[in-house]
Amino acid sequence: MTGALLVGIYVFVLAMFVGFEIITKIPPTLHTPLMSGANAVSGVTIVGAIIAAQSGSTSISSLLGLAAIIFATVNVVGGFLVTDRMLKMFGQKKKKAAK
Amino acid sequence: MTGVASSNLVLTLYLVSAVLFIVGLKGLTRIRTARRGNIISSLAMLIAIVATLIDLGTFSPTWIIAGVVIGGAIGAIVAVRVQMTAIPEMVALFNGCGGGASALVALSVIWFALFEKQQDAGVALLSKADAVTTMLSVFIGALTLTGSVVAFLKLRGWISGQPILIPGRHVLNGLLILGSLGITAYFVMNATDPSQMSLLTLVVCGLSLVLGIFLVIPIGGADMPVVISLLNSYSGLAACATGFVLSNNVLIISGALVGASGLILTQIMCKAMNRSLANVLFGGFGAEETTPGGGADARDYGPVRSYSAEEAAMVLESASSVIVVPGYGLAVAQAQHAVRELGDLLEKQDVDVKYAIHPVAGRMPGHMNVLLAESDVPYEQLHEMDQINPEFRNTDVVLVVGANDVVNPAASKDSASPIYGMPILEVHNASSVIVIKRSLSPGFAGIKNELFEYDNTMMLFDDAKKALQGLVAELKEAAG
Repeated sequence: MTGALLVGIYVFVLAMFVGFEIITKIPPTLHTPLMSGANAVSGVTIVGAIIAAQSGSTSISSLLGLAAIIFATVNVVGGFLVTDRMLKMFGQKKKKAAK
Repeated sequence: MTGVASSNLVLTLYLVSAVLFIVGLKGLTRIRTARRGNIISSLAMLIAIVATLIDLGTFSPTWIIAGVVIGGAIGAIVAVRVQMTAIPEMVALFNGCGGGASALVALSVIWFALFEKQQDAGVALLSKADAVTTMLSVFIGALTLTGSVVAFLKLRGWISGQPILIPGRHVLNGLLILGSLGITAYFVMNATDPSQMSLLTLVVCGLSLVLGIFLVIPIGGADMPVVISLLNSYSGLAACATGFVLSNNVLIISGALVGASGLILTQIMCKAMNRSLANVLFGGFGAEETTPGGGADARDYGPVRSYSAEEAAMVLESASSVIVVPGYGLAVAQAQHAVRELGDLLEKQDVDVKYAIHPVAGRMPGHMNVLLAESDVPYEQLHEMDQINPEFRNTDVVLVVGANDVVNPAASKDSASPIYGMPILEVHNASSVIVIKRSLSPGFAGIKNELFEYDNTMMLFDDAKKALQGLVAELKEAAG
C-alpha cells in the first residue's frame, strides 16, 4: 500500500506541474469559465461516490455514497452546463466581430 | 481495497480520461477553442464514470441512478436558470458540493472498512496509509463544504459581506487545526476499536466543518475573488485526496489540475490587490479598528460636483474617446446590457469606446468579462489594466460604473493609505471622469476616495442601470 501511495504522489506532483503550465497561459477574460469548468472537473469525485454506493443496500456506507453521488452530480452537471452557457456567449461575439 | 482498478481495459479508459481532462483544459487557453475544451472535459468525466462501472462489474444500480437523477436535475436547473451576475455565488455553492462529496466518500470508505467489511482476523481494519488519506479527505472536503456555504451566503447577501471578526479567532483556528492533526495521528497510530475510530472520524469531520466557517467568515466581500479561487483549489485537492483513498489516478490527476488552477488564480488575485495570501486570510481587511479613515462616509468629503444625467450626457457627447471602467456596482445593478447600449450609441457617433478591466473588479476572477460577454460587448474592446493605463492620459472621458477602490489614486499617492501599493486603473489622468455611484459610501476598503473630489471628476449619483439608461435617453434625444 505504501508503494501505491508513493506512485500516487508521483502522479499528483506531475499533474500539478501540467496544471501550472497550462493554466498560466489562460487569458484573464476566460478566468470565470476556467473556474466554473475546473469546478465541474473537481466533481470527478463522483467516481468514488459510485464505488461507495455500489451495493445499493441500506447500509450506512451505501447511504453516504448516495449522498455523495447527489452532491457530486450537482457539481458535475451544473458546472459543465453553466460553463458551456458562458462560453457560448463568448463565441457569439466572435461571429459578430467577423462580420 | 475496493477501488483498485483491475482490468487493462479499465486502466486504459482511465488513461484516456486523464488525457482528455488535460486536453480539455488546454482548450480553455483560447476563446476559439474554449467551448470545445469544456465539452472534451465533460466527455472525460463520462469516460471516467463508464470505466468505474465496468470495473465494478456487478453492482446494484439503485442508488447510482437515483443519485445521478436527483443531482443532475438540481445541477441542470441551477445552471440554466442562474443569472450571469450570480455566477460567483453559484460557483461557491458548486465548490461546496464537490468538497462535500469528497468528504462523504471518505466517510463511506471508513464506515465500510470499520463495520461492514468481512473481517480477517489479525488484519488491521485500515492500513496506515489508507487511514491518513481518508482522514485528509474528510478534513479538506468538510472544510471546503462549510467554507463554500459561508462564501455563498456572503455573496448572496444573506449574511453580511463585511468581515465578521470573532475574538481570538487565530488561536481558535490554530486549536482546530492542531486538534484535527492530533486526532488523526492518534487514529493512524493507535486506534484499533471500530466504534472508537468512527467517533474520532466524526470529531475530525466536525472540527473541520467549524474550521471552514471560521476561515471564511472574517473575510470581507471584496476579498471574495481570492476566497472563491482558494476554495476552488481546495475542492480539487479534496478530489485528489479521495483519489489517494481509492488509489485512483484519474481522481488524483484531475484533482491536481483543479488544485493548480485554483492556486494560480488565488495568486493572480492577491497580486492584483498587492496583498499576501496570509493577509487576505487572516487580515480581516476593512474591519480592523486601526485602519485609518475606517468607515469613511459623505462627511469626510469636501465639495464634490454632482451632475445630472443631462449634464453628464453633454460631456459624453463632446468626447471623442471614452473608457468605461466597470465594477461590482455594475453587477449588482444588472447594468451590463445598459452599458453596452450606451457604448453602441457612442460608437455610432464615432466615439472610440474601450473597457478597462481591473483584475479584481467584481466578485470573482474574470467576473466583468463574463458580464460584458453576456451583453455582447466585442472582446477586442476589453483591455487589461497594464495595457490600458498609459491610455488614460489621452482619453477625453472615463466612465466609472460602480467601481471604487480600484480607481482610488490614494493607492499610488498616499503611502499612509491601507491600500497603498495596490495597482489601480489610473483614471484620474483622463481629461474628465464621470463616476456613477449610488452614494459616497466607501468601497470594501472602508476608505475615502479622493478621486471624487478632483476637479475633473463629475459624480452621477444613481443606481448604475438607471444612470446608464438615463444617459442613453439623453444622448438619443440630443441626436434627435
